[in-house]
Amino acid sequence: MSDSPSASYLPEHPPVTDWVHDFDHTDPVWTDDPFPIWETLRAASPVVHTERFLGCYMPTTYQAVKEIAYDTEHFSSRRVIVRDVRPEISARAPPITSDPPEHKPAKQVLLPPFTPDAMKRLEPRVRAICNELIDEFIADGQCDAAARYTKHIPVRAIAHMLGIPEKDGDLFIKWIHQILELGIKDENEMMSGVREMTGYFMAHLEQRKLEPGDDLISQLLRAKGPGGQPLTDEHVLGSLRLLLIAGIDTTWSAIGSSLWHLARTPADRERLVAEPALIPTAIEEFLRAYSPVTMAREVMKETTISGCPVKPGNMVLLSFPAANRDPAMFPDADKVVIDRKENRHAAFGLGIHRCVGSNLARMEMQVAIEEWLKRIPDFRLDPAGKVTWSEGTVRGPRQLPVLFGKNA
Amino acid sequence: MSKLRIRVDQDKCQGHARCKSLAPELFELDEYGNAHEVGDGTVPAGLEDKAWLAQTNCPEIAIEVTEE
Repeated sequence: MSDSPSASYLPEHPPVTDWVHDFDHTDPVWTDDPFPIWETLRAASPVVHTERFLGCYMPTTYQAVKEIAYDTEHFSSRRVIVRDVRPEISARAPPITSDPPEHKPAKQVLLPPFTPDAMKRLEPRVRAICNELIDEFIADGQCDAAARYTKHIPVRAIAHMLGIPEKDGDLFIKWIHQILELGIKDENEMMSGVREMTGYFMAHLEQRKLEPGDDLISQLLRAKGPGGQPLTDEHVLGSLRLLLIAGIDTTWSAIGSSLWHLARTPADRERLVAEPALIPTAIEEFLRAYSPVTMAREVMKETTISGCPVKPGNMVLLSFPAANRDPAMFPDADKVVIDRKENRHAAFGLGIHRCVGSNLARMEMQVAIEEWLKRIPDFRLDPAGKVTWSEGTVRGPRQLPVLFGKNA
Repeated sequence: MSKLRIRVDQDKCQGHARCKSLAPELFELDEYGNAHEVGDGTVPAGLEDKAWLAQTNCPEIAIEVTEE
């Protein structure tokens, strides 16, 4: 095995037969329906291990996930994706890949542009984006909601925030696919996506230095680091990389899973059409039940988690989605209860790495569901079509064929 | 009915902003989006349910509600 990025190291992923001792979050069975697998793992132990991915643990309970998320001494964020390879760390994306003490200043620079108030100013544009998209397909009486709707909302919203053309969204989607999905098993795809993205943003950075605006890129260039000095270009590029990688297919997935649920649950759909004020509460439940994002940590020092020994040299698949299905934390954890009152879900993480874009994601989800239900109150899965799900780190529907109107 | 008082533990709050969304009268956010109780944290009569709602939805368990 080589650490060289050019090595065509492609370990095989034989189908899993023993989930408890040989789990694989890229197995097609997991991709299609991970929930029963998590139940099996949770029943076996609060922490399970696989030899795949060069050695990886997975906490299976809310408690174990929380212990790891809060423990920055034994667990590093320097690698946040569980992959087949562990090459030298090159492309950082602060603050998601930062540990204390570097983490806090890197995060504080990014927080002000993503407060709920800042999101309120962006909301009208997102509402318009949703309606522009619906205009394109509503007359057809059907659509692939993943390809025609959910995919485009986050990418256009972020492009708008960054002050770059919304039409460049297709490029972003390609890079994200290379980095988050193909990159798990193919280093060349990962590096090619990172390289193209870096070149693209470098050009925008140079342009903003000449003509500053009030977009997010200009704000980052104006921002001061902990010592009062401006951020380096490398830091700004890293944070832009993060916003793109973390802000797009995640929310695309979250909106998609919400629509998937509503397409197959007429009672919930009818209730939200009749009581739109309940939509924010329902969104929290969709976030809990269909959390899209699984993070990772690297074990730096030996420790125990929920009584289980954990050794350095291994990665950790930090499954917030599995934590959110833990019946010890959530009554009726496997039921989607759209008016759930107590919901301390961890869809956006726990501890210092709380998703910096959580307010953006919530706003996009709420607006996307509100506008869809206003214009398409009745819809259902197309029995002639097939729903497919993304593989790996972020889970959501990638094909979501739906028919509009009441059931015939 | 007893009086409620709320307090956000600044060491625990990570800015999820669930409290601000559920009980906007009782919490305010700073420029980083972290939450603080409004005033001295005294919950005005009629807003007790919202105080508990915020408390039970905070993922970091950063909100203390005390009965006085």
